[in-house]
Amino acid sequence: MPTQPPDTVGEFEAGLDALDTPVRQQANAAARTRKFLRVVVPPLVALVGIIAIWQLLWALAFWPEYQLPAPLTVWDELWARLHTGEVFAILWTSLHRAVLGFLIGVVIATPLGLLVAKVNVVRRAIGPLLTGLQSLPSVAWVPAAILWFGVTPTAIYVVVLLGSVPSIANGLVSGIDQIPPILPRVGKALGAGRMAAARHILLPAALPGYLAGLKQGWAFSWRSLMAAEIIARSPQLGKGLGAYLDDGRSFSDMPTVIAAIALILIVGIGIELLAFRPAERSVLRARGLSGAPQ
Amino acid sequence: MTAIMDELTDPIRTNAVRIERVSKSFSAEVHALDQVDLDVAPGEFVCLLGASGCGKTTLLNLVAGLDRPSDGRIELATGRPAVMFQESALLPWLTAARNVELPLKLAGIPRGQRKQRVEQLLELVRLGGLGRKRPHELSGGMRQRVALARALASTVDSAESGTAKDVLLLMDEPFSALDAITRDVLQSELIRVWAQTGASVLFVTHDVREAVRLGQRVVLLSSRPGKVVRDWHTADTDPDSEPELVDEINGALREVISAHATS
Repeated sequence: MPTQPPDTVGEFEAGLDALDTPVRQQANAAARTRKFLRVVVPPLVALVGIIAIWQLLWALAFWPEYQLPAPLTVWDELWARLHTGEVFAILWTSLHRAVLGFLIGVVIATPLGLLVAKVNVVRRAIGPLLTGLQSLPSVAWVPAAILWFGVTPTAIYVVVLLGSVPSIANGLVSGIDQIPPILPRVGKALGAGRMAAARHILLPAALPGYLAGLKQGWAFSWRSLMAAEIIARSPQLGKGLGAYLDDGRSFSDMPTVIAAIALILIVGIGIELLAFRPAERSVLRARGLSGAPQ
Repeated sequence: MTAIMDELTDPIRTNAVRIERVSKSFSAEVHALDQVDLDVAPGEFVCLLGASGCGKTTLLNLVAGLDRPSDGRIELATGRPAVMFQESALLPWLTAARNVELPLKLAGIPRGQRKQRVEQLLELVRLGGLGRKRPHELSGGMRQRVALARALASTVDSAESGTAKDVLLLMDEPFSALDAITRDVLQSELIRVWAQTGASVLFVTHDVREAVRLGQRVVLLSSRPGKVVRDWHTADTDPDSEPELVDEINGALREVISAHATS
């Protein structure tokens, strides 16, 4: 039984709390600027370096011009397309397909992942298949998709889905598998039924793994789309980045080829930086996980 | 008919927990509990003491409804028991306040009432004003206090019974992962909360000193299979004879453990 008067215990406890609480540094404006510079400067330097080497190699004329054009020639090609607005039409054709395909993938893969994670028979039946599909390059589906659906947007979406669904579903499965076993028990003790437990405990607890799956799923969607666009050409499909790249190949126009590759890269990096990195950071930060990329 | 009704509603005659000949086997060889009988009176603080492998956690899980007994009956005269584990097991993506709020949300309690109750409970564990902190921003002791507040929140079965008198608190070595100073503070906090809520408590521990300090009654379980060996009424022990009692119980515990050396 406590022998001290209660307010002494309270004060003692408050002191203990103050000492034991993890200390967090508050970032001031100067520190934030420094951090920003630390993040932005290295990749910029790397980029400048790569272009400088490229310029040097071109100047040394190791390869003929049609194999290695000057950086400026590529820039002129890009600038011309930008000027006419053609780039935006090309980007839109590819991006809207990739995003739409990715979103359909999420809608299909999420319940699929839940089923595989929570129903043992389903896991044994299609778990290995999902993992196998994940390592199958989805470009392998292009011939089949064209034979099934013709050179249509449907064929493209089928390839994109076959690329993204296994990654997203597997990400969710590993997210659920990594939930500490105490959490579902806590849910039960707090009075959560099956559905409530899935909504309030299972899904939020699996979120980091799920997000990693989404990120990989997006990368696979984007790759699959490019593969499909390069191979499957028809007026019905319009001109996306893949088609633009293939144009460069058929006209032996290296500046176009490099410009197309640069655009594909820029989209990939842009989506990562604008969508996935911030989402991942806020999820990990909220949980006090230090793996958050800066 | 009226007699039965009386027995069901009369808090003096109905035990908060009645465990009757409860056995639990996990397989043909592994018998965790064997014919355990144990009652907890309303408002009583009972400490379950035993070495590792004595099935005290298993028994607690059975009472909490997280597992079913292989045989025997468990009756609760209370609402949903509040359960606390060795780890705080707070949901890391929710703030302290939201963790406490979750069981109220699950019970379908309206928003305004929830906020009020959460504030009350955080105040009860002396964490008022810290509701916006995330678990990783709190110390181990503070996390256990949030877990206690959350466990107490889960005892509200329906919207109307806000300050139910028939609270049952089930605690599975909740302080064993804490440092000595924090453990000491939390023990006195628990006694305060117990006095304030009038809860019945079933507290599992392997620490004799802790059991004697906290409990009104200490129940010793044997190991493999778990069986009630003895119990001691410790409520009115005067501080001077407390070390003797601790020694006595320690002796009994050692005997139980030594008995396994031959088998």
